[in-house]
Amino acid sequence: MTSISATATVAPVRRGSRLRRRFARRPTAVIGLFGVCVVVVVALLAPGLAPYAPDASDYNAILQPPGTPGHLLGTDDIGRDLLSRLVVGTRASLTAGVLATLLAVVVAVPLGMIAGYYRGWIDPIVSRVTDVVLSFPFLILAVGLAAILGPSLINAAIALAVSQVPMFVRIARGEVLSLRETEYVQASVVNGAPTRVILFRHMLPNILNPLIVQATVAIPAAIIGAAVLSFLGLGVQPPTPAWGTMLSDAQQYVSQAPWFATFPGLAIALTTLSFNLFGDGLRDVLDVRMRS
Amino acid sequence: MTDAVLEVRGLCKYFEVPRSSGGGRVHAVDGVDLTIGPGEVVGLVGESGSGKSTVAKCIVRLLEPTEGTVRLHGHDVTHLKERRLRPLRRQVHMVFQDPYSSLNPRMQISDVVAEPVRMHGIARGRRARHLVGEMLERVGLPPEMHSRYPHELSGGQRQRVGLARSLVLGPSLLIADEPVSALDVSVQASIINLLLDLQRDMGFSCLFVAHDLATVEFLCNRVAVMYLGRIVEEASREELFKNPRHPYTQSLLSAVPLPDPVLQRGRRRVLLEGDIPSPVNPPSGCRFHTRCPVAELPLCADADPQLVDHRRDRHVTACHLVRGDGQAPDVTRGADPVVHHKA
Amino acid sequence: MNNALHPPARPQVARLEVEDLHVRFDTDEGSVLAVNGVSFALQAGEVLALVGESGCGKSMTAMAVLGLLPPTATPSGSIRLEGRDISGLSQRELRAIRGRDISMIFQEPMTSLNPVFTVGHQIGEVLRRHEGLGRKEARARSIELLDLVRIPSARTRVDEYPHQMSGGMRQRVMIAMAVACNPKVLLADEPTTALDVTIQAQILDIMRDLRQELGTSIVMITHDLGVVADIADRVVVMYAGHVAETGTVDAVFANPQHPYTLGLLGSVPRPDLVLADVQDRLAEIPGVVPTLRQPATECVFAPRCPRADKTCLVRMPELTETAPGQRAACVHPGPAEAEQREAVRV
Repeated sequence: MTSISATATVAPVRRGSRLRRRFARRPTAVIGLFGVCVVVVVALLAPGLAPYAPDASDYNAILQPPGTPGHLLGTDDIGRDLLSRLVVGTRASLTAGVLATLLAVVVAVPLGMIAGYYRGWIDPIVSRVTDVVLSFPFLILAVGLAAILGPSLINAAIALAVSQVPMFVRIARGEVLSLRETEYVQASVVNGAPTRVILFRHMLPNILNPLIVQATVAIPAAIIGAAVLSFLGLGVQPPTPAWGTMLSDAQQYVSQAPWFATFPGLAIALTTLSFNLFGDGLRDVLDVRMRS
Repeated sequence: MTDAVLEVRGLCKYFEVPRSSGGGRVHAVDGVDLTIGPGEVVGLVGESGSGKSTVAKCIVRLLEPTEGTVRLHGHDVTHLKERRLRPLRRQVHMVFQDPYSSLNPRMQISDVVAEPVRMHGIARGRRARHLVGEMLERVGLPPEMHSRYPHELSGGQRQRVGLARSLVLGPSLLIADEPVSALDVSVQASIINLLLDLQRDMGFSCLFVAHDLATVEFLCNRVAVMYLGRIVEEASREELFKNPRHPYTQSLLSAVPLPDPVLQRGRRRVLLEGDIPSPVNPPSGCRFHTRCPVAELPLCADADPQLVDHRRDRHVTACHLVRGDGQAPDVTRGADPVVHHKA
Repeated sequence: MNNALHPPARPQVARLEVEDLHVRFDTDEGSVLAVNGVSFALQAGEVLALVGESGCGKSMTAMAVLGLLPPTATPSGSIRLEGRDISGLSQRELRAIRGRDISMIFQEPMTSLNPVFTVGHQIGEVLRRHEGLGRKEARARSIELLDLVRIPSARTRVDEYPHQMSGGMRQRVMIAMAVACNPKVLLADEPTTALDVTIQAQILDIMRDLRQELGTSIVMITHDLGVVADIADRVVVMYAGHVAETGTVDAVFANPQHPYTLGLLGSVPRPDLVLADVQDRLAEIPGVVPTLRQPATECVFAPRCPRADKTCLVRMPELTETAPGQRAACVHPGPAEAEQREAVRV
């Protein structure tokens, strides 16, 4: 029969290794990944890594500069070790950022998929609501909601999640709209597959890429958002350390003890940068994959 | 014909154009009758805007017809709800055009072929794997390839997977919507041969939709030619290619270049002027009259010709100028080897 | 004629001469040798077809001629336009030639035309640029050109936008733009592939007319053997970046030398042969087109060739004359009878 034509074939290369190789060729992406890993590891091991308890104040060592023996990054206005607070504060920031994005995804993706697949009356409603939420500036919405809900880590995450939802809904809906017309989805309909199979088996795995890329942008945005919220006193409450709170405390001492504000600021910036670089690299690699 | 596998009567499919884009209705399919018997391979040929793909999608109910009926083995499936339709879907399946988007990139090809088996509850576990494996081998893909992903296969191999998926349940009707148009020439040949072999072995009926006349003529027993949503001529393949009656069929046949320079140079070729009209505002009367080399006004612009079996030989034509005895105007007449006809 | 007064005719300088063209691509996964030692010559008023399937390098060859390769591609070899070497020219120098002496039309007219300018403006731009015409003259000439490519009501259509026109019309506009400055050579990269067959027939007829009236030499890149038979004088069959076979169209179709050409010809369904009961199965070429990452150390077609034997694995065969006026890169060239021999399969 015609099986000869089948054997001479394209060399099978597993997706994973090809993606990994492509990723490894982009130095900025690798740096980003490294930064993200550092932040994650620090967050996981936080209490163990901190030399002091984050709320241990030493009134004899107020506003010490970095390099003071025993305090690598210096101390704050009530003698707490900045390094320790920074390290433990990673937890709050990362948790808020990741949790917010996770919540947003869990709510937004099913909503977007249903709107995009069924269309009908659900689509216009979802789209309009999304547009309304999207028209509020991200931070104003988050701050407003957090103020209404009350200050706590969970509420901060919820407030941030709400502001993230529209973007994920748009992506999920858009992808599903285009996938609806692809031939393998049509083939599935002809197979007699019920809608849930089509949505979960065929659509969801194929819309993951743009969602992942959006997540790598959403997480740093949420981290900054969490920092803003805790700066305003709307996130985690003291004595739990948070980078934003540290910035807020450091306001009055900017001229006296510039390091007090610099280190939390750097932490926020570097974390965000790492996620963004990683996300860019991921997008380049996944985009090429999608095109081929 | 009570044992007809497929019976389509008066099929119409209209699409509404949103007011923002100008409004109006696209008459994609405007009154199509088609009958396919057991084991018959029928070709549906046409250019852009002919509506052939829309007909195919209406038959498998990827689209719901606006008017008319579609009957599968006598069951009226035209407006059946999905739940009632599902069991009937075992009997008809479809092969798609684009090998690169007809398979889910995240599924192994054995899973792709297994889906219909699972969806219809035909078999599970080892028995299902056996069925799938057998079908994949039948289309020329050896066992070592069964756990591969689509991107690890060539275009021709993917099309084989598509064939396996559509035939694994042994349907009685296969709709093939331009299954080889996106493949290289030499690969097309292997898929066409495969389709031919499978049809002979499995005995299914087939509606082969294509724009390439040569392929259709190679594969099909009967051929129907579509223009702007209507069938303008239908006949057995020998009849259509030896004695095309409709001016459009004649023009179409003469436009297909033969890969033989000596023969090609010696041919009388008809060149239609102008473009294919838009299906939003089809011409009045006979839809082809605006480009027809031999149109007679005002007859052809006023009256819509019906399909008539002039000589009772199952060769039907929709043209006012075909006489009662089947004599048709010869559109290729003219002094030059290339005949130009004004729009 | 008194020969003493007329010096012996100089050998015709080919309009376009490509010699030993190589194109190497650098991709994320290593380099790909897209074009490997392709040579051909195009004479005045001739239509040369470059035919092959996807991945054979025919489009790359055309892009190399015009200097349109992306930065990841490295070409080498010589390209001469009427004797003048254009392969080493800078982009600025090439811009002076493109559209004026040598031009190109592509497969997708929609993406080759700018949607925000009228067709008259776009054709006029070529004229204004290369021939220094003023706006009024450019417009008048544009209308003439639209007439030349048989666009009805050219006077009104000159002010239309691409989206208002059908695919066939747009392709004609592309042709009008391409011949506006009466170039010596026109490269046509699959110009009719995206068009319906009745529209394709119109376009091919226009191109034939242009060759007649303007004397333009055309390189027709296509995968469709029918188009080759319809319009071309000579043909170059390409496979995996190499020339498999070349000769006049009549000779190659009647007496194909290379097994690949034979396979291609046999894989096309022929209504006339089917009805005569001659063709009941299409010829298949098993396997896939290889992507070359290293220069070929054996015949590139050997893994798929029914005639391949040990002598085919020694080196990539050179293009040699295997029949009068025909050249093929094959160790076992010739018509189908050669396949009857028992060959030791690779």
